Amino acid sequence: MAVPRTLFQKIWDSHVIVEEPGQPALLYIDLHLVHEVTSPQAFDGLRLAGRTVRRTDLTIATVDHNVPTTDRSLPIEDEVSRRQIDALERNCAEFGIPLFGIHSARQGIVHVIGPELGLTQPGMVIVCGDSHTSTHGAFGSLAFGIGTSEVEHVLATQTLPQARPKTLEIRCEGTLGRGVTAKDLILAIIGNIGVGGAAGHAIEYTGSAIRSLSMEGRMTVCNMSIEGGGRAGMIAPDRTTIDYLRARPNLPRGTEFERLSAEWLALATDAGAAYDSQVLVDASNLVPHITWGTNPGMVAPVTGRAPRLDEAPSESDRRAYERAFHYMGLEPGVPIAEITLDRVFIGSCTNARIEDLRAAAGIVLGRRVASRVHGMVVPGSMLVKRQAEREGLDAVFREAGFEWREAGCSMCLGMNPDILSPGERCASTSNRNFEGRQGKGGRTHLCSPETAAAAAIAGRFVDVRHWS
Amino acid sequence: MQPFRQETGIVAPLDRVDVDTDQIIPKQFLKRIERTGFGEFAFFDWRYRPDGSLDPSFELNEPRYEGASILVSRRNFGCGSSREHAPWALQDFGIRAILAPSYADIFFNNCFKNGLLPVVLPEAVIDEIIARAKERPGYRVSVDLEAQTVSDEEGVIAPFDVDPYRKHLLVNGLDDIGITLTHESRIAAHEARLPERLRGLTFAVAGEH
Repeated sequence: MAVPRTLFQKIWDSHVIVEEPGQPALLYIDLHLVHEVTSPQAFDGLRLAGRTVRRTDLTIATVDHNVPTTDRSLPIEDEVSRRQIDALERNCAEFGIPLFGIHSARQGIVHVIGPELGLTQPGMVIVCGDSHTSTHGAFGSLAFGIGTSEVEHVLATQTLPQARPKTLEIRCEGTLGRGVTAKDLILAIIGNIGVGGAAGHAIEYTGSAIRSLSMEGRMTVCNMSIEGGGRAGMIAPDRTTIDYLRARPNLPRGTEFERLSAEWLALATDAGAAYDSQVLVDASNLVPHITWGTNPGMVAPVTGRAPRLDEAPSESDRRAYERAFHYMGLEPGVPIAEITLDRVFIGSCTNARIEDLRAAAGIVLGRRVASRVHGMVVPGSMLVKRQAEREGLDAVFREAGFEWREAGCSMCLGMNPDILSPGERCASTSNRNFEGRQGKGGRTHLCSPETAAAAAIAGRFVDVRHWS
Repeated sequence: MQPFRQETGIVAPLDRVDVDTDQIIPKQFLKRIERTGFGEFAFFDWRYRPDGSLDPSFELNEPRYEGASILVSRRNFGCGSSREHAPWALQDFGIRAILAPSYADIFFNNCFKNGLLPVVLPEAVIDEIIARAKERPGYRVSVDLEAQTVSDEEGVIAPFDVDPYRKHLLVNGLDDIGITLTHESRIAAHEARLPERLRGLTFAVAGEH
C-alpha cells in the first residue's frame, strides 16, 4: 500500500522536476502572478542576460500596490508611482505577458483576482513576488511569496529551486460563534504561535472550524499564514472549494469538471499521514481579536486588555512591548474596548472580498459613522466593486458616511496616496500593523471587517458579538 | 552575483526582536525601478526625525558604528513583506553579513540571491556578540564562510551551519538561473505532461472581456 501523504506532500511530489542529493528541489510553477512593485528589476535582469519569459501563458500581471483608488480617469499624480506602473505595462508588452491594467474591468489586488477569475486551482504551485501569496493555498494549492531574484528565475525558467519546508498542521475544532470570523481565528492563532512560530513550515489548516468556513474565510486564514512566519498556508479541497470553482470562467464544464473535481478532492491529506508538528486550536470559545501593538502577534481579545510589561515572556519581548506601547500611544494593560479611533479601513487582500463587504455592510446598515471617524471602503477588485454595487452595498456604506473607492492595496501599505497622518489611529481589516505600515507615525489595529465596521460607528472598539 | 567568502568589519548591534522588512526599507522607497541606491533609505523611519535630521536615539546612528559591515540582531529578523529591496538596502548601506538567532524564510532566501550572508547563531552567542559590540568601541568580527566560523581578535566565537549548496553558490558567486537552464530537457518533459486546461491559461482568462 502507498505511504499516506499530506496535501503538501502530494503537490510537492508532483511538481519536483529535479531532486539531487544536497541540493534544493527544482519545482515547476503552474501559475506566476506579477505586480508592479517587485517585478521591474526582474525584467531588467532578463534583458541584461538576453532571456525571454518561458511561459507567458502561465504568467499574469496586474497593478495593485501603487494605484490610486480615486477617479481613474485622472492622471496619476505621483510621478514615481506612475513610472512603476508604466514600467509594468512596457515590460508586459515587450515580453508578451497578459496584463490587467489600471483601466481594466478586472484589475484588482493580485490575490483577489487570481481566485475570482478561476486562475487559482487546487493542486497548483503558485508564486508571486508578494508575501501574501499564501492566500491561494485556501484552494488546496501550494502558494508562496518570493523575492525579485526568484521572480526573474520563474520568468526565465517557469521553475524555482526550493528547499522542502517542514509541515505543520493547525487543527481548529469547534464552531465559531456569532460575530466571530476567520480573521479572529487567524489573529488568535498568530497570537498563540508568535510571528515567527511557523517559520520553515508549510501550514495545513484542518478541523471542523476550517471546514465550515466559506472560501472567502479560508482565504483570510491562509493569507495571514506569513504573519505567523509560515512559508505557505493551505486547506484541502472539499465541496465548498468545488462549489466556488464550478462557476468560475475558464474552468471546464459538465462531466470534465466532475472528473477534475474528483482529482482535486483526492488531494486531501490521507488518513494516517504525518506532519512534522501540530497545533490544536479550540474555535468554540474564541472571541473577536484585535491587535494592540506593532506586529500581528501582539493581539488580544476584545473583552481583554493589552499585556503589562511584566507579563512579557523575555527581556527582549519586554523591550519590544515597551517600544510598541510607546509607538502606539497606549498604556500597558489598556483594555481593548477603551481604544478610540480616528480612521477605519475596510480593504486589502485579507478582507476585501464580496463576503467581507457584505458582513461589514450588515453591521453598518442604517447607521452613521461616528463624527470623529473617517471611514474608507476599498474593494479588493473591480469585479468585487461591481458586485457590491449591484447588491447596493456601496449605498449602505456611503449613506453611513464611508468613502467608497476603486480597487487596490490602498491603505494596507500606503504606497498610494491613501495613508494615515502621524498619530492617527486606525481600525484596519488588513494584515500588518508594523510601525509606519499605513503611513509614518500611523497606528494600526488589525481586526475583522465586522469589528472594523462596528468600530467606525461606535468610534471605539466594541464586542461585535453583542451588536444589534 | 557578488561572491562572499570572508568579511571582517565593525559590528553594529540592532538589539531588537522581529525586525520587519517594512522597517529595513519603508514602502515609500519601493517605487524605484532600479536595484541600487536604496542604502540611504535603509531604516529610514528609525534613522531620521521628521525634520530630516539623524535621530540620535537610533542605535545605528551612533558614530562608533559608522562603516559597519556586520549587523547583529535578534530572532525572526526580516519578517513580513517579501520585498527584496530589504537586502538591497542593507547591502547598499554597507552590510555584508548579518548575525541573528533566526530569520524569516523569504528574507533569508533573498539574502543569498544577493551575496549577503545571513548567519544563524545560538541565542547565547548573539547575546555575547551584542554585549561586546556595545561595550567595546570599534568592535570587529570576521565572518568566514569557507571555514564557517565567526571570530574576533580573541579567536573563534562560534562555528555556524550553512546549507552546502547555498554556500557553494555564494562562495563562487553563481547565478542559479544558469544552473536551472542546464535541466532544460527535464523541464520540457514536465511541460509535455501538463494538463490541457493549463496551456494558454492566462491568455484565455485575459482574453475573456
